[in-house]
Amino acid sequence: MQLNREALTRAYRQMKLIREFEERLHEEIQTGEIAGFTHLYCGQEAVAVGVCEHLTERDKIVSTHRGHGHCLAKGCDVDGMMKEIWGSQDGLCNGKGGSMHIADIDKGMLGANGIVGAGAPIAVGAALSNKIDGPDENGKLAIALAFSGDGACNQGTTFEAMNLAVVTKAPCIFVFENNHYSEHTGVDYAVGTVQDIASRAEAFGMKVWRADGTDFFAVYDTFREVLEYVRTPGNGPAAVEFDTERFFGHFEGDPQRYRGEGELDRLRAERDCLKIFRASVTGAALLDAADLDKIDADALQAIEDAVTAARAGARPQPENVLDNVYISY
Amino acid sequence: MAKLTYRDAIRNTMFQEMQRDERVVVLGEDVVGGMGTAGGPEAIGGIWSTTTGFYDAFGPNRVIDTPISESAIMGAAGGLALAGKRPIAEIMFADFIGVSMDQLWNQIAKFRYMFGGKSVCPAVIRMPCGAGYNAAAQHSQMISQFVTGMPGIKVVMPTTPEDACGLMRQAIRDDDPVVFLEHKFLYGLTGEVNEDPDFCIPFGHARLARAGKDVTIVASGMMVRYAETAADDLAQDGIGCDVIDIRTTSPLDEEAILDSVEVTGRAVIVDEAPPRCSLATDLSSLIAQKAFASLKAPIEMVTPPHTPVPFARELESAYLPSPAKIAAAVRKTLDYR
Repeated sequence: MQLNREALTRAYRQMKLIREFEERLHEEIQTGEIAGFTHLYCGQEAVAVGVCEHLTERDKIVSTHRGHGHCLAKGCDVDGMMKEIWGSQDGLCNGKGGSMHIADIDKGMLGANGIVGAGAPIAVGAALSNKIDGPDENGKLAIALAFSGDGACNQGTTFEAMNLAVVTKAPCIFVFENNHYSEHTGVDYAVGTVQDIASRAEAFGMKVWRADGTDFFAVYDTFREVLEYVRTPGNGPAAVEFDTERFFGHFEGDPQRYRGEGELDRLRAERDCLKIFRASVTGAALLDAADLDKIDADALQAIEDAVTAARAGARPQPENVLDNVYISY
Repeated sequence: MAKLTYRDAIRNTMFQEMQRDERVVVLGEDVVGGMGTAGGPEAIGGIWSTTTGFYDAFGPNRVIDTPISESAIMGAAGGLALAGKRPIAEIMFADFIGVSMDQLWNQIAKFRYMFGGKSVCPAVIRMPCGAGYNAAAQHSQMISQFVTGMPGIKVVMPTTPEDACGLMRQAIRDDDPVVFLEHKFLYGLTGEVNEDPDFCIPFGHARLARAGKDVTIVASGMMVRYAETAADDLAQDGIGCDVIDIRTTSPLDEEAILDSVEVTGRAVIVDEAPPRCSLATDLSSLIAQKAFASLKAPIEMVTPPHTPVPFARELESAYLPSPAKIAAAVRKTLDYR
């Protein structure tokens, strides 16, 4: 643990913001006000934040259908995201994308993605662009990173992307978030290399790391090593697998009949990255409970404000359906 | 003007654009050729000889020889373009589009729309396509019907060396993603090419390949060549045909087609793809909807049958449109009533 008080505060604030964003969406979706499919990131916050806290705007990320956490962690605007999920013209994507397609290119966020496994090839392309641009004045490369789940690790696109990255020595990082469920199917069934995704990446010829994704400090420290390695010209890609937990269903409305008796209660009690963080920093007297309580209250308020703004956001007009198919046509 | 093959028009234009703009990169299977072999890089130089010499001139960062991984090629093109580069990806045979379809159809085509106009994806996807040399069902197809139906993608089908040059330069400089369908049978075609280093042909402008007042023939790619032959033969019998080379299927120069049909009242559509849900049906529908009052005869479509592309010479000939089939269709429109 080498984080100063400011960095710890920031990390906790980011994780808490994601948590409250998702918990609130879980409630709002049940009212029917929000259209479409929504996949919540609750439980995995330490991964998005522990990874993205290391990145700069030159570094690119490609996300998944469960992308809200990655977007927030990479710096996407909370109000803009909430408005997008509400389908507002004022949303980050003018209401054209919704939950599964939030992007902010200027922030280096190249898009959540509705297709499982589609992100990895795109990340390799962005990484090749970084390789062409070459190292900065400190001799370090900007990187590109694909978040993938244990579902995406079974897609051929992910395999192709890993091999292409190795062959071209692209500064690309494959972050596998193993939350133990691909949609409604357990990882023990769906992933042949039982309980292990990193070994697949290793087999493609890249260096791999593994860490407990519910422990922010494990994620943060591990990813620093991964990043240092990939930023070094000539090393090429790397992969890291984080063992994490999904607190909600695959999508909102998922009856989750596949869960074991008491499973969700146990995960919330024992594998909650926010609780683990709080215990860790208060135990070590790095932050006190009052500091954290204040962050909690601020996050709640930020989400309340975002929801209020989203409800009041301008609605798209029918003619907007034609906008932005092409730049010129 | 210079006399060039269609192949060299494409190659030279890409080469010049790579010299002009360092954001332009090429990637694909064997675009270098020979990597990891005793022969070494450039042992092949691209199986179509369209990227020969690129690796030596521009190096491995900008000339990216990829494994056989069409999804990764297509996706990497998308990622390169989102990150500010201007990739030209080669899908060695258009038939392999199936392998890479998601990255084109769900990703590259839709980024800008899904992201509310906040992204630019100037990728060019080259797809050598078409039948005519017995390469059978998985190396011969015309796939214009798939890509033309994709909102967000522009689709180019050059027929002449000059158009290959001007349309390729436009494709590379265009800020939207472009699928560039180059017909394999046209690579050896020679013609005069404008040497102006900024020569571009804007998309959505058809070319009148032959002029005549009796029948309108609308075609694209290799089919334009067959239509020209048919028109020349018919001219001997005093039958005049407009042959409209649409050049880009998306955007489409509707005006050129409709203006011609309003004069001739007769339309023959020639398409190398099978007849269902195709460019042929699309253009027929356009004419029926917007030039109905001008029509003096039913619209004729000259297309392959609803079958895969067959292998044997006799079968492939039977499958493909030909000048004789086009001429027969023209005469049929004239014989109506």
